[in-house]
Amino acid sequence: MKPRFNDVATVRSGLKKVNYLADDGIAGVVFLADRLGKPVLIEGPAGTGKTQLAKSVAELTGARLIRLQCYEGLDESKALYEWNYKKQLLRIQADKNSDSWSEVHDDIFSSEFLLARPLLEAITSEEPVVLLIDEVDRVELETEALLLEILSEYQVSIPELGTITAKQIPLVFLTSNNTRELSEALKRRCLYLHVDYPDLEREKEIVLNKVPDISENLADQIARIVRSIRQLDLKKAPSVSETLDWARTLMLLGIETIDAQEAKETLHILLKYQTDIAKAAKELSVTK
Amino acid sequence: MPVLDLMSGFIAELRNAGLPVSLTENLDAMEAVKVIPIEDRDAFKYALGATLVKNNAHWRVFETIFEVYFSLRGPEYAITQDGQPDDFWREMQEQIDQVNGQGEGKGSGGGMDSLTPEEINAMLMRALMSGDQAMMRALAKQSVQRFAGMEPGRPVGGTYYLYRTLRNLDLENMLQKLMDANRESSQQDLTSLEERLEKDEFESRIEQFKQEVESEIRRRLVADRGAEAMAKTLRKPLPEDVEFMHASRDEMQSLKKALYPLTRKLAARLARKRRHGRKGPLDFRNTVRHSLSYGGVPADPKFRYPRPAKPELMVIADISGSVAAFARFTLMFVYAIQNQFSKVRSFVFIDGIDEVTKYFKSTEDIGEAINRVNTEADVVWVDGHSDYGHAFEVFWERYGKDINSKTTVLLLGDARNNYHAAQSWVVKEIAKRARHVYWLNPEPKSYWNTGDSIVGEYGAHTDGVFECRNLRQLEGFVENLT
Ligand SMILES: Nc1ncnc2c1ncn2[C@@H]1O[C@H](COP(=O)(O)OP(=O)(O)OP(=O)(O)O)[C@@H](O)[C@H]1O
Ligand SMILES: [Mg+2]
Repeated sequence: MKPRFNDVATVRSGLKKVNYLADDGIAGVVFLADRLGKPVLIEGPAGTGKTQLAKSVAELTGARLIRLQCYEGLDESKALYEWNYKKQLLRIQADKNSDSWSEVHDDIFSSEFLLARPLLEAITSEEPVVLLIDEVDRVELETEALLLEILSEYQVSIPELGTITAKQIPLVFLTSNNTRELSEALKRRCLYLHVDYPDLEREKEIVLNKVPDISENLADQIARIVRSIRQLDLKKAPSVSETLDWARTLMLLGIETIDAQEAKETLHILLKYQTDIAKAAKELSVTK
Repeated sequence: MPVLDLMSGFIAELRNAGLPVSLTENLDAMEAVKVIPIEDRDAFKYALGATLVKNNAHWRVFETIFEVYFSLRGPEYAITQDGQPDDFWREMQEQIDQVNGQGEGKGSGGGMDSLTPEEINAMLMRALMSGDQAMMRALAKQSVQRFAGMEPGRPVGGTYYLYRTLRNLDLENMLQKLMDANRESSQQDLTSLEERLEKDEFESRIEQFKQEVESEIRRRLVADRGAEAMAKTLRKPLPEDVEFMHASRDEMQSLKKALYPLTRKLAARLARKRRHGRKGPLDFRNTVRHSLSYGGVPADPKFRYPRPAKPELMVIADISGSVAAFARFTLMFVYAIQNQFSKVRSFVFIDGIDEVTKYFKSTEDIGEAINRVNTEADVVWVDGHSDYGHAFEVFWERYGKDINSKTTVLLLGDARNNYHAAQSWVVKEIAKRARHVYWLNPEPKSYWNTGDSIVGEYGAHTDGVFECRNLRQLEGFVENLT
């Protein structure tokens, strides 16, 4: 199969065109995933652009995004495939007298009666796809095992039908918020990418890209203040989405340079816990 | 040496450092280096990391080893020979001349070597002021060459050279100098917010410069001694293996960082376990719902899961000197997962004992609560040396009656009793009333019951004494506890 990207720099600049600001680490791993044909497991704090990365790569490569949102209790019939029982029953009843059972059996277990769920759908798709398995840490360990075959062989075995192999190797992204340790088997099959809070420059770029009409000066100030706040010992540090929310709020308020008073009044957008807000207010020597 | 040859030593060293690199991962890494050129340094590093490091807590160890093995690679990292200025140095020379206002002609061909230490210092300050990355890197190299006093074959560690270099640069006072200069040069008065932000910016630049110096020293050491020997001297334990009793400040920091993800995972795992523990009675509706997948045959019966009662916990911790860090981490750990218990009470002692539950109740901030424990708790009775016997006696007198058959009691400490009376009858009485009593000891097993340690005497009355030297052991114990 033809590689999707020429080099790491193309990935980075391509992502920028679709408004995703990557660093060399992120771009390097996406590049590698394509070249090695391996899924990427993305971990990191909440709101740092893990899900967005998969969406943006789909946009960049002109692929369809297929998303499997994980939750506790997700099972095979929701993730992989399910037989369409109603349709099967109707078929059995319609042909009650004419066909032999073995004919009926072969017929009702054909792809016509199969309901493809996201994983199977991604594999059987004719057009290019990006498969996003979001928040994989939420499924039980046993369910995780369902993913292994897909992730290493890009195929699905259906007892009644045989093995269905991918027509093309999709780019696969799994995200995790790290609420539990994923199995070694899963990790071995994936490339691992830890997405952390962006550095000053990148966060500023993100703000400039995502908040319409914001001035360079304000974006810079926002990124600096957020960096200072993240250095504190907090219950929950501000995420990129919170930085963006804050930037948008400041724009709505018509603020051009942030002073202590305004920072204090809007800290609750950046931070969720009272103790964190108090700490940040004090640290930035914003008097209460 | 070609990259592929370097790889085997590199991966062997990762394994030596405790990273669990499997065969598949090894092969993936070999594939990765074929498609990303080493000159693309950051991408190259992350690509290797993506194939070899599947746990973020291991990243720092990986980075250090990476630097050692690949530090001499990539053009911008070449070591310039003394007295041989290359293009970069010539360019730099022009800058220097400009800055000094001396035009052409000064110190012909000397490059930075002709600069006095004061001039280097002034240039560094300007570079830090403006955040000029290339200049900072060049000055880091130059400073090491001039000030570190490195000689081939000298058996001295990197920290010594780092210290010498930084001292010559007077880096300690740099932040203040930068702040002063900044205040002078700005038109209006800076608000306190602006000052604070400037300070953070300068601090991060100084830190970056320090790292450049450190890397330069490391590069030279690797050139002198070879990667393997260097990696060996730099070998550090993974955060989960750092000993509580001997953690440096840096390691404390990384321990603290590793603690929260760990507790979060543990809490999720425990909650799940509680839900899926024993099978209860048949869940009729759920079974019927699933039977649809089997053509209406209830082939996959579903059960309800009873929720076992959560235990009550009492933690009694020695917080004197050497075991203080251990007590702190264990308390943090326990409170971070306090939802897993129906009730948590905590007591700390040295030779006196005090209940500290209220500090944890009055705030969401565990760190702050721990600080209050350390500063406000009334734990000194006579001389501030551990006296387990006395502390236990007072505990029994005041709180013994609160222990019941639902209580699990954790005793934390090295049981080094300074040859005071043991009063181990208290532990025996506690064990009679409580559901379980455990002792956690941060010392290696081989030290137990040596000198004034009497952990055996106390332990005899408990349900078990556990070695708890690091986060890994602590996590393992807590998991089995609930
Ligand atoms: N590098 C980036 N470039 C552009 N936008 C970004 C970047 N990182 C984060 N964002 C923006 O931040 C927001 C949060 O991103 P996203 O939902 O992908 O986070 P997440 O890591 O998946 O969070 P969670 O763990 O909560 O699911 C989105 O609006 C996204 O567009
Ligand atoms: Mg997400």
